[in-house]
Amino acid sequence: MDFFNEQQVLAAKELLYKIADDHLILGHRNSEWTGLGPLLEEDIAFSSMAQDKIGQSEHLYNLLHDLGEADADTVAFTRNKGQFHCCQMVELPIGTYDFSLVRHFLFDFAAAVRFDLLAESSYENLAKIVKKYRGEVKYHTMHANTWMMQLSAANEESHTRIQNSLNELWNQALGMFEEGPYEGILKESGIFLGEKVLKERWLSVVLPLLEKYGLTVSAVNYWKPVNGGRAGQHTEHLQPLLDEMCEVFSTDPSAEW
Amino acid sequence: MYGNADIDPNLKIHSIVADEDPIKLAAFEARIAAADKIEPRDWMPKEYRRQLIRMIEQHAHSEIIGALPEGTWITRAPGFRRKLALMAKVQDEVGHAQLLYSAAETLGKTREAMINDLISGKSKYSNIFNYPAPTWADSAVIAWLVDAGAIINQTTNAKGSYGPYVRALERICYEESFHLKYGHDNVVHLATGTAVQRISVQKAINRWWPPLMHFFGPPDSISEHSVILMRWKVKMASNEDMRQQFMDMYVPKIWDLGLTLPDPKLSKNKETGLWEYTEPDWAEFKRVINGDGPCNKERLAVRKMAEEKGRWVRHALLRKDAEYVTPLA
Repeated sequence: MDFFNEQQVLAAKELLYKIADDHLILGHRNSEWTGLGPLLEEDIAFSSMAQDKIGQSEHLYNLLHDLGEADADTVAFTRNKGQFHCCQMVELPIGTYDFSLVRHFLFDFAAAVRFDLLAESSYENLAKIVKKYRGEVKYHTMHANTWMMQLSAANEESHTRIQNSLNELWNQALGMFEEGPYEGILKESGIFLGEKVLKERWLSVVLPLLEKYGLTVSAVNYWKPVNGGRAGQHTEHLQPLLDEMCEVFSTDPSAEW
Repeated sequence: MYGNADIDPNLKIHSIVADEDPIKLAAFEARIAAADKIEPRDWMPKEYRRQLIRMIEQHAHSEIIGALPEGTWITRAPGFRRKLALMAKVQDEVGHAQLLYSAAETLGKTREAMINDLISGKSKYSNIFNYPAPTWADSAVIAWLVDAGAIINQTTNAKGSYGPYVRALERICYEESFHLKYGHDNVVHLATGTAVQRISVQKAINRWWPPLMHFFGPPDSISEHSVILMRWKVKMASNEDMRQQFMDMYVPKIWDLGLTLPDPKLSKNKETGLWEYTEPDWAEFKRVINGDGPCNKERLAVRKMAEEKGRWVRHALLRKDAEYVTPLA
């Protein structure tokens, strides 16, 4: 579609920023497993997924550039934490492998559903690129699922670790669906059906899987989304991540690297 | 020196093959002379097996330890292009370790045993990764010149006689050639960039030159041991030949970029066609190999931490009813 009005452009930008920032920051976190994974095959898998995510974020920043924002490198490597719209879950440190795995499981199923919805978007340039991402994220969910199945069933220690990480991450994951100021415009203009629909569809995929693996999401204390990320409110972990990410680039943003 | 033979200058051929069946040995040597590849289920002399396990294992360790100094720059790489390329490059290195551990396993040592020997310090890895990479320019110099050295070592070893190692090396060399392009492009950008970039890459070159001169190891002594390992196509070229090849290919390229090398004696002798250089400090080389380098402790501590933190995951993959079967001839 061609955008009809300024409000639609603002709505599209808000949508692109949050998806791009989620993917950049989680990709960055996943890349921290390189050389440190529990087995070589997982170093390699996490690196592949990180490359996909960071590549996807770059494409999305390019779309933003088409809508008048600065180029992808400038947008990614020069903003401070208050200008980032990622949900707080993605910025948390990698922790132990179970934590990174459960985050990967919860995030990638949401990303897969989000891409399914956006593949039907009236914003054609976005619909076109997310169709490509669906082919990538399919392997991410397959990877997450394989490991969740194995580790939740292997032995008591691995099951307990996965359950504990799930407890730690559930409310964080709900923060992925924090609504923005443009939900109505996005829906009316056919760009995106909205966070509520996304969340319902995600729950319909994720809850049966968790149940199948003998994992539980308690009714008490576990349905309180950790919001704020979409509005630029972040944990103490984001700024150090950004400082590290921008360490070399910021020495001379005008230099050719 | 990613993987290299262990030469004992005093070892005589008759003692190396004393226990071997002379008929089998003759048939084995005839196959190698005919450029046949030796496969895991084939008969092979004990010393051949021992040397290959050692070489391939060291090479695999070098790949995973080598992922550490560069890996720390993934999260700092300036811009999407470099970040994505460096991630893919380091991922390749870990993949090489996976291929090489598998190749070594065909000779009868498990991956777990190899990694335990790495962590305990019993088994070595390339000395060059015991040096720090304090700046982005260091990561560029590693990607260009350490990978260049690795390619020379690996294309040489790829002409060897052990099938699984040769096949792994062919694929590794193919990927390394992209790393070299990435590293060269990165160094070119720095060397032709701002004053700060140029200074940083010159400093990095100065830091890495001595370890690069150590890379292929000290000149080998010619002995009966080295002769037989060459005949068996375990050792394919002398350390000094590989070092000369490296200097021949890369010193002019470094100079072309307006960079200097910290060795006033470095020049090519037109008559001999050989490079002349200040003898590297081999005492330091030995000291670092034996654990007393700037980063030995840190590298092994990181590897040990990763192994310990990941133990429960590997344990959760074990099937209770399955027994490990050595994939051995």
